[in-house]
Amino acid sequence: MFKKFSHALIEKNLILMGVLSLITVSIGGLVQIVPLFAVETTIERVEGIRPYTPLELAGRDIYVREGCYTCHSQMIRPFRDEAERYGHYSLAAESLYDHPFQWGSKRTGPDLARVGGRYSDDWHSAHLRSPRDLVPESVMPPYAFLDRPLDYRDIAAALRGQRAVGVPYTDAMIANAAADLEAQARPEMDPAGFAGRYANARQSAFDGDGRTVTEMDALVAYLQMLGTLVRFGDVTPERVRQQ
Amino acid sequence: MASTPEKDAVSGRETTGHEWDGIRELNTPLPRWWLYSFYACIAFAALWVVLYPALPFSTGLTGWTARGSIGEELARHAAEQEPRLAAIREATLEEIRSEPALRAYAMAGGRVAFGNNCAACHGAGGQGAPGGFPSLADDDWLWGGSLSAIEATIRHGIRTPEDDQARTSMMPRFLADGMLKASQVNDVAEHVLDLSGRATDRAAAARGAALFAENCAACHGDRGTGNREMGAPNLADQVWLYGGDKRAIVQSIAYARVGVMPAWGQRLDTAVIKMLAVYVHALGGGEAE
Repeated sequence: MFKKFSHALIEKNLILMGVLSLITVSIGGLVQIVPLFAVETTIERVEGIRPYTPLELAGRDIYVREGCYTCHSQMIRPFRDEAERYGHYSLAAESLYDHPFQWGSKRTGPDLARVGGRYSDDWHSAHLRSPRDLVPESVMPPYAFLDRPLDYRDIAAALRGQRAVGVPYTDAMIANAAADLEAQARPEMDPAGFAGRYANARQSAFDGDGRTVTEMDALVAYLQMLGTLVRFGDVTPERVRQQ
Repeated sequence: MASTPEKDAVSGRETTGHEWDGIRELNTPLPRWWLYSFYACIAFAALWVVLYPALPFSTGLTGWTARGSIGEELARHAAEQEPRLAAIREATLEEIRSEPALRAYAMAGGRVAFGNNCAACHGAGGQGAPGGFPSLADDDWLWGGSLSAIEATIRHGIRTPEDDQARTSMMPRFLADGMLKASQVNDVAEHVLDLSGRATDRAAAARGAALFAENCAACHGDRGTGNREMGAPNLADQVWLYGGDKRAIVQSIAYARVGVMPAWGQRLDTAVIKMLAVYVHALGGGEAE
């Protein structure tokens, strides 16, 4: 039967060739597009996820700027060895407000998806300044220059930009962006307004100095919140199952 | 271009019938093994889509999910370990330390947990690091080196805001908060150096002694030997948490040090914390209750 079929039939008939090409290309396109019609069903809603605070967002920008993602992933895969080392596997919802997400694909250093709260603020700033003082076998470059003041003049615009791509920052959050950023990095400031806008956000002099807001403050604040928003005691696979 | 297949005279095989300037192309079909492997792959893919969750709107006939799979695997391993972990949970720390079978299991498990959770700050061998990361392998303890003290520190942490049983004390920032003048800080620092026999300025050290008695002795003791109730370090020995040169001591007095350790009770199982306590106790500095 295969021997009877000849391409000559298609090659000599322009209309037939056109129609068959269209069908072939359409199948390829549909396979990619149709599943996206159902994309809503792949978004899980998990309690506790909130947008980044202004300081964490600034820290996240530094994380991206310095290329941390080239050596650190933020994606704990559902394998036993990863669960034993890093904790509960990552949920899609934990990247809900990441634009762009920082899953990464290379682990020269460890995964950071649940690094928050695992070490002290002092450890993070000392380790960023000089990694080999604390981890002799580390190949991470030193980031002591992050002890310079953070430029956050455009932090409100940064929040507006995030809102434009779907992060639910409220008008109050945007109006108070700079004040909230300073409040989080200065433990002596009144936390009332800040804490009301961002649940589970910790105030601290992240780099050990509460007087100036530095890039170190921002990056450590970001690292210390990673993986801390979801309480996994309350989350079971059934509860986060996609609808 | 002719298109009539015919036998090639030299090879005896069929041609495609195509001819360019007298050159004809042999018809060499794909090898059978390749062709049927290809069809098998297509069939396999179709079967896969039906059996496994390959499309967003289908869960697949088998009902398999990566999450379900890891859940079962973790549960199976937890069940395998449970008898031993339960024995660790039920035993007292002293029993774990003294009974060979429990101790062997706790030391192996403690070593793994230490490497994963504690080594970043305290070093792979518990040797600590300069800058506020204490050695766990010596007999100089901030909050106590008995099994129960070590367990409490691991479980509740130090100055951890999330745990109300955390070990907490707060050294005043003597210069920053205006309790001492800069010259007085210098005098106290000289006295602290003198406690370990290293004073460089006798007169300043003498002036500092009175200030020390007034401001520091309540926590660090009259002779600077420390107080474990408050995590106040011994200042009269040669072990220094933040460095023992004068510059570091002045910094400590002027701006204080507030080291933080996470409360592991929120992250680790009770059995793991007990194994860690026994492991850390055995690193070299463990004390009796």
